[in-house]
Amino acid sequence: MRAEVEVVRAGALTTVQDRGRTGLAHLGVPRSGALDAQAYALGNRLLGNPPGTASLETTLDGVALRAPAGSALTVAVTGAPCPVRVAGRPAAWAAPVRVPPGALLEVGSAAQGLRSYVAVRGGFAPPEVLGSRSADLLSGLGPPPLTAGTFLPLGPTPETPVAGADTPRVPAPPAELVLPVRLGPRENWFTPQSVAALGRSTYRAAAASNRIGLRTEAGPPLARTRAGELPSEGMVLGAVQVPPDGLPVIFLADHPVTGGYPVLGVVPPQSLDAAAQTRPGTPIRFTLHR
Amino acid sequence: MSSTPTAGSLRVLPVGDRALLLEVDSTAQVAALHAELLRRRAAGELGEVAEIVPAARTVLLDGVTAPATLAARVTGWTVPPLTESEGPLFTVPVRYDGPDLPEVAEHWGVSPAEAAEVIGGTTFRVAFCGFAPGFGYLTGLPPHLHVPRRGTPRTAVPAGSLGLAGEYAGVYPRSSPGGWQLIGTTDTALWDPAREPAALFAPGARVRFTEVAP
Repeated sequence: MRAEVEVVRAGALTTVQDRGRTGLAHLGVPRSGALDAQAYALGNRLLGNPPGTASLETTLDGVALRAPAGSALTVAVTGAPCPVRVAGRPAAWAAPVRVPPGALLEVGSAAQGLRSYVAVRGGFAPPEVLGSRSADLLSGLGPPPLTAGTFLPLGPTPETPVAGADTPRVPAPPAELVLPVRLGPRENWFTPQSVAALGRSTYRAAAASNRIGLRTEAGPPLARTRAGELPSEGMVLGAVQVPPDGLPVIFLADHPVTGGYPVLGVVPPQSLDAAAQTRPGTPIRFTLHR
Repeated sequence: MSSTPTAGSLRVLPVGDRALLLEVDSTAQVAALHAELLRRRAAGELGEVAEIVPAARTVLLDGVTAPATLAARVTGWTVPPLTESEGPLFTVPVRYDGPDLPEVAEHWGVSPAEAAEVIGGTTFRVAFCGFAPGFGYLTGLPPHLHVPRRGTPRTAVPAGSLGLAGEYAGVYPRSSPGGWQLIGTTDTALWDPAREPAALFAPGARVRFTEVAP
């Protein structure tokens, strides 16, 4: 067993994430997993980790970790661009970085976007729960969010080498989020006029957004064609669920597996990486299609 | 798939590019459709499907690689009704010590002891899970025994509480807020992620509650 990494500063919300739990939705288990799947995958690729190796997901203000006294770490910080420092000196973002034994790795506040990913060669290795190390903040499965002074175990160093320097960079998150929405299954719960208005209007990302969903505000509410509630039904990643206030919520990885508010449409998974990097106040537009 | 194909009372609604919502008219039809889907998956007839998620009137198929093909096939199915003896049977010991038992009994027009007998004489079925991992929505009570949710939800319902709400019964797998009418308690662990299976009440399972002394 390898030495452990000390959490020196936990940040606003830092969780262990991998690709999450699949195949258990019928038991009430959310999928969970890294919200910006591309940024998360890039970190592992840079370090030669097998896909699905667990990383840390920070929220807005980064995290600080100390390498074990007896061994160096190789890390890569991806996702929301942010300053990276090792033992007080600037280090590269989105590239493999060596952290000497006992040295401090400081992942700073995001310059843009919301969530940075801290991958380590070998991966963070808290115990798996139902096949995943992801912290599921809806149901409490997996390791709890990081707290200062705790230690994270590391996994075995992979056979594959650390990647070269030619790995493509991830584009910075756009100033405006544009989400394609395929309408259905419950489009008919809403008036055609208000659905059309959704496609023409600009909303803003609400501060109440979290790993469960990206909440919207400041746009025209969707008007229902019918009263009453929908019997609970299965929910998918990217579902645009519309609660009674009429303001759409886009379901992210920790979304509940069933829900009783109608789903107007679905945002494809490849568009959710940008959604995961959307700060409160960012303009959001929807492009509707069938 | 711009239109909504139908097969008898089965409606197929596309959900994004990789999922289908199969909608029927009753809990019993959901149970039958769910069992049919599990049979066909076991026989290799569904193609790639990551999740089969039953709910109140629907079954969601998520992570489907060829949803249009599957949708076309589903509409041709004849789904046999579920037989009463289908599905694994779990017996769960319960103490009828819930704070809402007198109110439920009054609603039913019986004594608390008789209410316990009504529950004990019912074979429930797990219709679906949700709300929390391992929380099964159990059907089986006839409509005249459905009770409303509490006017004010409790902020903390103890783990193992047996509750009723609407057409459903359920056991809280862990302590959480809740608005169901609590009629009893069990020591059986409904949910243990370290156990195989983690959830005792999986959709399709049958459940009987046997009374134990408080």
